[in-house]
Amino acid sequence: MDTQTQLTAEELNEIIQLIYTQHGYDFSDYARSSLLRRVARCMAIAEFKTSYELKYHLINDKSFFAWFLETLTVNVTEMFRDPIFYKELREKVIPTLASYPIIKVWHAGCATGEEVYSMAILLQEAGLLNRTRMYATDLNPVNLERARQGIIPLKQIKEYTINYIKSGGTNDFSAYYTAQYDNAIIHKEYREEVVFARHNLAVDQVFNEFQLICCRNVMIYFNQELQNRAVHLFHDSLSPLGYLAIGIKESLLFTDIKEQFEAISPLTRIYRRKK
Amino acid sequence: MTKSSVDIVVIGGSAGSIPVISELIEALPSPFDFAVVIVLHRSKNVISEMEQILAVKRKEIIVKEPDDKEPIQKKCVYLAPQNYHLLIEETHSFCLDYSEPVSYSRPSIDVTFESIAEIYTEKAVAILLSGANGDGSRGMAEMIARGGIGIVQEPSTAEYPIMPQLALDANAGAKSMTPAQISAYIHTLNV
Repeated sequence: MDTQTQLTAEELNEIIQLIYTQHGYDFSDYARSSLLRRVARCMAIAEFKTSYELKYHLINDKSFFAWFLETLTVNVTEMFRDPIFYKELREKVIPTLASYPIIKVWHAGCATGEEVYSMAILLQEAGLLNRTRMYATDLNPVNLERARQGIIPLKQIKEYTINYIKSGGTNDFSAYYTAQYDNAIIHKEYREEVVFARHNLAVDQVFNEFQLICCRNVMIYFNQELQNRAVHLFHDSLSPLGYLAIGIKESLLFTDIKEQFEAISPLTRIYRRKK
Repeated sequence: MTKSSVDIVVIGGSAGSIPVISELIEALPSPFDFAVVIVLHRSKNVISEMEQILAVKRKEIIVKEPDDKEPIQKKCVYLAPQNYHLLIEETHSFCLDYSEPVSYSRPSIDVTFESIAEIYTEKAVAILLSGANGDGSRGMAEMIARGGIGIVQEPSTAEYPIMPQLALDANAGAKSMTPAQISAYIHTLNV
């Protein structure tokens, strides 16, 4: 697909401003390099040659924005992505979570839910799912609806099964879904444990207290200021000694709150809030 | 010594490129006054030992996978992490991206070449090596259009000539060089 559509930094600024005033979504503190690519990608798919066409549709075409938001935000995800991360969760985090009477887990920026269900499977295997409350949030309502349905294209299941085994899973992976035509549907007992809701890390506030927050490969799309905001929000949303898991190539080192966390798995970037 | 006119050298490679990449790293001037970024197609969801595989005899050179938002420093060799696109921010820091593969690849060479061309313009050199798909051609065009230098491994010297050949076909302004010539060129970059 062609992503060659040219867009200047100034045009991007105008589009960010327009999205904010017309639709209330604030992308001003997103990382410019990836945002520029995403906007150019949207324009290429929509076959817009100039930023004027994009602006025209953002202002005048009511149904366009939903498509634009869905295409703009990165919704690519996997089950048991980075199997070593899930292995560390099994060994270092989940046994400690077992000591809480009620466990609360937040997946921030859950996209289409693959990682949420991976976590639900880990908790089930540890015998903890029935006393866990899982919250999965995203800024994009289309993502949330997909995540809620728990439908995964069957062609990806082979890769996910390999990931699951590498993560230390010993069950038959097909025990977790029902195959139907070209899709796998995650069993109802996992879907029912998750509360899906809209939350925007750029503007929204603390809404609960958690023992574990997963926000993997979401903050890579933010600039440093917004990363700071998000990590402060996570800190304030964690109970003392609660866990924060970020992407394997993300780091708290570039945030001003790094002293408030201790890395318990430096390789897979699992941190723990200090008291 | 005059100040280097090159701030960054970006090397893209796929199948058959690893020995050449090692050779090019060995050929870096000592000391070198620019950053080196390597984008290599490789498998995901495995524990990668590529940092070790690319490690060279020269002890002062360390190959590292950058974290998101890590500032780019001269005299460093960076390797794009597996399963992410590697972009560059205006602040000269790395920015990772987990969006769709481009040319079936993540990291994609095109994505990094284009991003470096945008930020570093004529202060950048792009080198494209052996490979079996069409990644890199478009990014090389962007690099040359913005005043940077584009070098392609002479296809007859590549284990997989498709990728360098496609880039040469698409880019009249790219220079074709053997690995030895590229090494010699890199070695002169500080002067």
